[in-house]
Amino acid sequence: MRAAEPGPLRQRDEPGDAAPRPSFGAFSPAALALYYRRQFGSALANNLAYRGAVAIWVVTSVIQPLVFIVVWRTVAGSGSTGGYTAAQFVAYFLVMMVVDHLTFIWHMWEFEYRIRTGAFSPLLLRPVHPIHNDVCENLSYKLVGLVGILPAAVLLAVVFGADLSATTPATVLAFLPAVLLAMVLRFVVEWCVALSAFWLTKVSAMNAVFFSLFTFLGGQFAPLSVLPGWMQTVAAWTPFPWTLAFPVEVLLGRRTGTELLVGYGAQVVWVVVALVVLRLLWSRATRRYSAVGA
Amino acid sequence: MHSLRVLRAFLTVGVLNIVQYRSDFVIALVNAAISLVTQVLGLSVIFTNTADLRGWTADDLLVLIGVHFFISGLVGLVIRPSMEALMEGIRLGTFDFLLTKPADSQLLASSQVVAPQAATDLVVGVGVVAYGVSRTGLSLDAGSLALFLVTLAAGFATVYCFLLLLSTLAFWFVKLDNILVIFQALFGNAGRWPVTIFPGWMRPVLTFVVPIAFAVTVPAQALTGQLTGGAALLSVAVAVGFVVASRAFWLVALRRYTGASA
Repeated sequence: MRAAEPGPLRQRDEPGDAAPRPSFGAFSPAALALYYRRQFGSALANNLAYRGAVAIWVVTSVIQPLVFIVVWRTVAGSGSTGGYTAAQFVAYFLVMMVVDHLTFIWHMWEFEYRIRTGAFSPLLLRPVHPIHNDVCENLSYKLVGLVGILPAAVLLAVVFGADLSATTPATVLAFLPAVLLAMVLRFVVEWCVALSAFWLTKVSAMNAVFFSLFTFLGGQFAPLSVLPGWMQTVAAWTPFPWTLAFPVEVLLGRRTGTELLVGYGAQVVWVVVALVVLRLLWSRATRRYSAVGA
Repeated sequence: MHSLRVLRAFLTVGVLNIVQYRSDFVIALVNAAISLVTQVLGLSVIFTNTADLRGWTADDLLVLIGVHFFISGLVGLVIRPSMEALMEGIRLGTFDFLLTKPADSQLLASSQVVAPQAATDLVVGVGVVAYGVSRTGLSLDAGSLALFLVTLAAGFATVYCFLLLLSTLAFWFVKLDNILVIFQALFGNAGRWPVTIFPGWMRPVLTFVVPIAFAVTVPAQALTGQLTGGAALLSVAVAVGFVVASRAFWLVALRRYTGASA
């Protein structure tokens, strides 16, 4: 595809240039908005048609929080561990389940396939950057899945007797921006990780390391206050807790006042950093890419 | 005898694949190591907060994790890839070819694909079990070792038959691959913890409906001196029951199968 384009390569890598490869800012907001509406609609229809697959995903994503609830309830017993009673652990993991559903993306597995099979080529030939398509697919999937995740969370909260006494309308209100920023942050960070498939032919080991870190530092395995002190310190300087644990703790009323503002600030800073890294990685990755048959 | 030769031939092909795809093997090893480190880190976090998990010490749980690795390795080596191929074969009609071969169809269907990289989980499992047992400080006599091997074999047989039962359903419901995904999620998450920590209403599910307890918890109990004779007997009895039931179901399904072109 590159060979067919006349002109020096160097010029196209400069921002703002009308590059043949999709760039981030090639369209007006109005055009993009139209694209999003249409693309989201078609992705939604697609997910509704394959709702069985979405239902299976919902079932599997309930299992892990359920197991962690059982483990940490057992640890807490009738006392409390790291500031959580058994009933508060239940609430923590159920809110975590919902936040995880709202923030997760699957592209780190899909990119390897896209690149190996050459499925990436048609996406690159479109003038619109492929990230917009991924955002639409991801959002519509989450919306359909929410129909299963939310009732499951409510049901388990009743069965296990979750303690949500510190959750008030105010914490719910504070939760909304936190979870929105978390969605953006996790999407961009994991899309960056997904881009590593341009350099690695097998990404499974890389993904395993990433998710292992994510599990502990993001607060998926246990609330951060339960972890050893050094791990909490390390976690605070990574993007991980700001994509999962922070919104959960906000909803549970465990982050208030300055802590809340510091949290939003950390989220915004990480989003900016991740976007800069994404831009850098993207231009390098596409320069590297040569599809099967190209 | 003939069946054993068939099985050996399939396994040989699988081993030859290791040589062919060495990088896959290295990646599988790295993944197993990451998974092990993650689980040990998880245990260490839990045991900084508590002395024991409903009677299980950290070393007991290490043994259990080792057993889980081992069983996952066995399942991932032949059973799961073969079952996936079986369901795909029924859907596409290629299962017909398997029926024409002069060996037992269940054996062929259950060993048709070997994924040798899963052997890394087996090796890691054996290592972790040995290390965990050495840390528990329990002197391991021949009796408890025999009990371990018997319950391990029974547990594996139970899981194999359970997966076969699920896959055999594909003769009736064509699109079923996702059912294995649910089993995998249950086994991968709940199977790493002793069944005894789960609340009473969940235990029967994890014991009989998805036989995780017999595959992982019971063998681990045999090594950590928590196993009662009754539970060991029950494990063997359940395995026999599953073997008989899955075989009968397989035969019924075959009688019903009309082939892709019929």
